[in-house]
Amino acid sequence: MSDLAVRIRGLVKAFDGRRVLDGVDLDIRRGEFFVLLGPSGTGKTTLLRVLAGLERPDAGTVLVPDRRTTVYQEPRLVQSRRVLPNVTLGLPRAAREDGRRALAEVGLAGRERAWPATLSGGEAQRVALARALVRDPQLLLLDEPFAALDALTRLQMQQLVAELCARHRPAVVLVTHDVDEAVRLADRVAVLRDGVFAEDRAIDLPRPRDLDDPAFTEHRRAFLTRLGVVSH
Amino acid sequence: MTIEKVHPPIAEDTTGLGAPGHLGVRRRPPWLSVTLRASVPALLLAAWWYGSASGVLAPDVLAGPGAVLGALGELAETGQLADYLLASARRALLGVLVGGGLGLLLGVLSGLSALGEELVDPTMQMKRAVPFLALSPLFISWFGVGESFKVVLIAVATAGPMYAYCYLGVRGVDRKVVEAARGFGLRGPRLALGVIIPSALPNILMALRISMAVSLTALIAAEQIGATEGIGYLVTLAQQYYRNDYMVLCVVIYAVLGLVIDLAVRGVERLAMPWRVR
Repeated sequence: MSDLAVRIRGLVKAFDGRRVLDGVDLDIRRGEFFVLLGPSGTGKTTLLRVLAGLERPDAGTVLVPDRRTTVYQEPRLVQSRRVLPNVTLGLPRAAREDGRRALAEVGLAGRERAWPATLSGGEAQRVALARALVRDPQLLLLDEPFAALDALTRLQMQQLVAELCARHRPAVVLVTHDVDEAVRLADRVAVLRDGVFAEDRAIDLPRPRDLDDPAFTEHRRAFLTRLGVVSH
Repeated sequence: MTIEKVHPPIAEDTTGLGAPGHLGVRRRPPWLSVTLRASVPALLLAAWWYGSASGVLAPDVLAGPGAVLGALGELAETGQLADYLLASARRALLGVLVGGGLGLLLGVLSGLSALGEELVDPTMQMKRAVPFLALSPLFISWFGVGESFKVVLIAVATAGPMYAYCYLGVRGVDRKVVEAARGFGLRGPRLALGVIIPSALPNILMALRISMAVSLTALIAAEQIGATEGIGYLVTLAQQYYRNDYMVLCVVIYAVLGLVIDLAVRGVERLAMPWRVR
């Protein structure tokens, strides 16, 4: 089996003639936590949607594993189904036990029979996470999954995602505009600019990561500079 | 130990300030809501009663409640009322089942797929523009004046609104949820039955409510011709014999039927959509 989870060569995707992705090359190893960092409009989400099969590339090759799941910015739960059937959506009945276990893993044991409309934003997003994890993905796609959460819930969710990914070891592509989030979670962070990668940097800090670690600060500063938020 | 005052003392003057107005939804006790709902019909009923009793309303303009109750008793005694209601209910239900079923199927189909929309929608929109009453003579020449003519007329009348609302309902389902479900491997009938149709259910049930109301209208047209029983026939009878008490009785029966249909569909809504947070 290949050591790769994602291979992209010469990916082009244009909207109304504007090349959002203009010849992107990318390899992601199995089990690698890859973060796409940058402001909106730079093609991060488009790249993720291409990987999810939601957008067709205009040119180039894109190779991904069979089992891949997505968590979006909104939970996107089916309102007419209770929490557990939402988690096992599209899976055979036999997967119910796995669904229960996944819910327990995200800290929602006992909420199997709740309706989605009765959950808080953080809970709903944890259900979405359980729904992605229960399929034992080889590639987990996270499209700004914490962006709509409050700051405290966001920190808890980042912690949870870090733990779950360390345990299950899927390859992860996380799209975010939060530099701290990127440096905290990533094995590797890349920044898109003008349709190609302007930066692609490994983060080899020990885990769990300390935001006060000077090395952490250095990475943060480098990315903020790259993104044009601070100057030297 | 002294406490240093860091802030200047707060001014006592609060002129121009006030508690914020409540902008949220006010919760009202259920008994009040039910009472208010019932109050306007009850008031109308009382006015009718008073008008007839005091002689302001002449009996040949609007028969009084007593006369209408008498007519009702007459019909109930001979067993005609039950027969009429049953006959009409059978026609209406069959018609709604066939017409509404077809409308539901086509509406969901054209809501779900671009191809379905292209094939079905223009024709259904044209069909909707044709008043079903205009088709009545044609159907009589095809089916005669028997039962099948009546059922077909009701079916055609109810298919239109059913189609339109189901189509809208399916189109209105959150595309993002559908996209996510597709991503988790749901396709075809499983996607339609498991995700799309339940999400469109509020609109589909509204379509059912409207179709049932339309079927009452269609009944009058259908039972004017070649019928010996049914509430539409009763309307015709009242007209022929110029019986004001029967005319008013028909109005009352239709009003009660409307209420019953409404309550029934509300009950179905409650049972079929437990996920709606009240």
